[in-house]
Amino acid sequence: MSSALQNLIDQPYKHGFHTDIASDVVAKGLSEAVIRTISAKKGEPEWLLAFRLEAYRHWLTMTEPAWPNVHYPKIDFQDISYYSAPKTKKKLASMNEVDPELLRTFEKLGVPMHEQKALAGVAVDVIFDSVSVTTTYKHKLAEVGVIFCSFSEAVKEHPDLVRKYLGTVVPTTDNFYAALNSAVFTDGSFCYIPKGVRCPMELSTYFRINTQESGQFERTLIIAEDSSHVSYLEGCTAPQFDTNQLHAAVVELVALDNAEIKYSTVQNWYAGDANGVGGIYNFVTKRGLCRGVNSKISWTQVETGSAITWKYPSCILQGDNSTGEFYSVALTNHKQQADTGTKMIHLGRNTRSRIVSKGISAGHSSNSYRGLVQVGPRAEGARNYSQCDSMLIGDRSAAHTFPYIRAQNSSAKIEHEATTSKIGEDQLFYFASRGIDAEQAVSMIINGFVKDVFTQLPMEFAVEASKLLGLKLEGSVG
Amino acid sequence: MIRAGAPVLLEVRDLRAKVSGIEILKGMNLTIRAGEIHAIMGPNGSGKSTFAKVLSGHPDYTVTAGTTLLDGKSIFELPPEERARAGLFLGFQYPVEIPGVANAQFLRLTYNTIQGAHGKDELDPLEFDDFVREKMKLLEMDPAFLDRSVNEGFSGGEKKRNEILQMALLEPKLAFLDETDSGLDIDALRIVAGGVNTLANANNAVVLVTHYQRLLNYIIPDYVHVMEGGRILKTGGKDLALELESRGYDWVAAAVAS
Repeated sequence: MSSALQNLIDQPYKHGFHTDIASDVVAKGLSEAVIRTISAKKGEPEWLLAFRLEAYRHWLTMTEPAWPNVHYPKIDFQDISYYSAPKTKKKLASMNEVDPELLRTFEKLGVPMHEQKALAGVAVDVIFDSVSVTTTYKHKLAEVGVIFCSFSEAVKEHPDLVRKYLGTVVPTTDNFYAALNSAVFTDGSFCYIPKGVRCPMELSTYFRINTQESGQFERTLIIAEDSSHVSYLEGCTAPQFDTNQLHAAVVELVALDNAEIKYSTVQNWYAGDANGVGGIYNFVTKRGLCRGVNSKISWTQVETGSAITWKYPSCILQGDNSTGEFYSVALTNHKQQADTGTKMIHLGRNTRSRIVSKGISAGHSSNSYRGLVQVGPRAEGARNYSQCDSMLIGDRSAAHTFPYIRAQNSSAKIEHEATTSKIGEDQLFYFASRGIDAEQAVSMIINGFVKDVFTQLPMEFAVEASKLLGLKLEGSVG
Repeated sequence: MIRAGAPVLLEVRDLRAKVSGIEILKGMNLTIRAGEIHAIMGPNGSGKSTFAKVLSGHPDYTVTAGTTLLDGKSIFELPPEERARAGLFLGFQYPVEIPGVANAQFLRLTYNTIQGAHGKDELDPLEFDDFVREKMKLLEMDPAFLDRSVNEGFSGGEKKRNEILQMALLEPKLAFLDETDSGLDIDALRIVAGGVNTLANANNAVVLVTHYQRLLNYIIPDYVHVMEGGRILKTGGKDLALELESRGYDWVAAAVAS
């Protein structure tokens, strides 16, 4: 590979700083006592502690999944701290009481915490290590009945809703990391959209891991009642450490009759350095349940960070005529590894799903798409369309596709298309011979490649995502 | 059109170049003045395409000796994109496909880049659309080509028309067309040649690399050069091409040797 192409993909990580802030960290290790400590610190009700302990006991019987196409040293789960929170004197009543050091951190990251400075029409919940720091526009949303708050707050203020839905989409026993999360999760976001309400603004959560030796285990629960609509955005960054941090989140979405949830992620956790030292292990379970008729859940993800990504945002299409969508751009560089995709489980009649996956592999990275399309015996008239495209930059990266199709109903229509392409010297020379430098050329090729996914992102996010891909791939050309 | 006092656009002196350690160009000399059309002919492996790639700065080729001035300025210090901005154009023998990038977007970026380099106004997408459609008429191209990915799934003839379309947009000082006639049927050849003739004027120059005299029936060259073994062995007028067509290349080398 030419030095021009190499320089282009060797851009430094811009969010790698660490904030020096007093934290309340629980000693490393995991045991029932640690879980009781976390639960006590958060002042949780008994039923939630029971939920955690049940998950923990099951987790002890489970082993890490070995099937993903990723390789890393065995994780010592006793060498991780399961709780880290910036120290605050008391519960915050307004933004003015937020630690100025935290405010500066998020300003540096470009996350608006002051409502007056915020992007018009985007409410933000900010998670720093294990806890939610602030949520903007909460009162404005409350006027239309939308609940948007941190998970801890929801447990206190809306315990019945949380108890009714928690673990109904991703059970505590679902998989190794979901069980771990259920045992130790510390905070996250909660959204509830009442019947018939179209959420008046985009809801957004910004996740930041700051502490070197803590894991981040957040939990997100979104419930859309009949005929409601919500668009939710999620962004993530972490400082640069030479050790690996574990991030094991669980996201559960529930869409009732005629409801629609659109969930967008721009993931930019620290990816490790060029030699693969450091970076986040991003082992995440995201699943949406289209419980009602005509409901719709749409996932859009732009995955650019993390040393390892293991993530399959999925849809269970239970309601008749429900629709699931998955739009993904996954970019890996250097020694990053990604095994990501989706599961579309068709249970109801005339259910539809659409998968558009775009993988970009550069450097020595490995990028795998893994997807399951399953049609149950009752799912008369189910349809799926999948498109999986891979792009290779340079000649030392790898792209893999693992599509699984299981159809138990003969009326199912399932289509799968896949392509692999490569940004080669010849393409860059062609651009150059027309006056266009390598940086612009790569940007144009990549933007063309991801177009079908980016058009699914809300406007503000599309701009951010485009810039992020730019940062990852553009720069000084040698 | 040969004019004794016309400014020199390209001056190649004793040029040597290699690829993968093997010397391909072994002392090229060539002078091209404004208003001239040159044809370079010669057997396979004589170095014609290498010459085109070396001039335009392909990274696989290394210049080991000699000089080349474009419009009086040395070009070998410049990366390929700056050579293009300085007025050099290479029409590719095999234009590469660029999936996902719309032809219209690509053509506008290259047009605006070259315009910007010359301190001229750039065009927004709507203005450019009108502009490029006008140019496409010259090559009898369907405007549907604007919406397709660059060269993707184009037939050989369509790719070559797309090359000449870019020449029409960029208005280079020196256009080096590498086997633009290969893969063209007789109608496409007529259209492409017509386009080149329309674009050639007193201020620019065109170099045609070709195997066949056929193209030179449509574009009449002022000079015909015979290349062999990495240098120009013989230079003549348009009649030399006819002679090559009937007698082959061997006699040229023999005549030089004797």
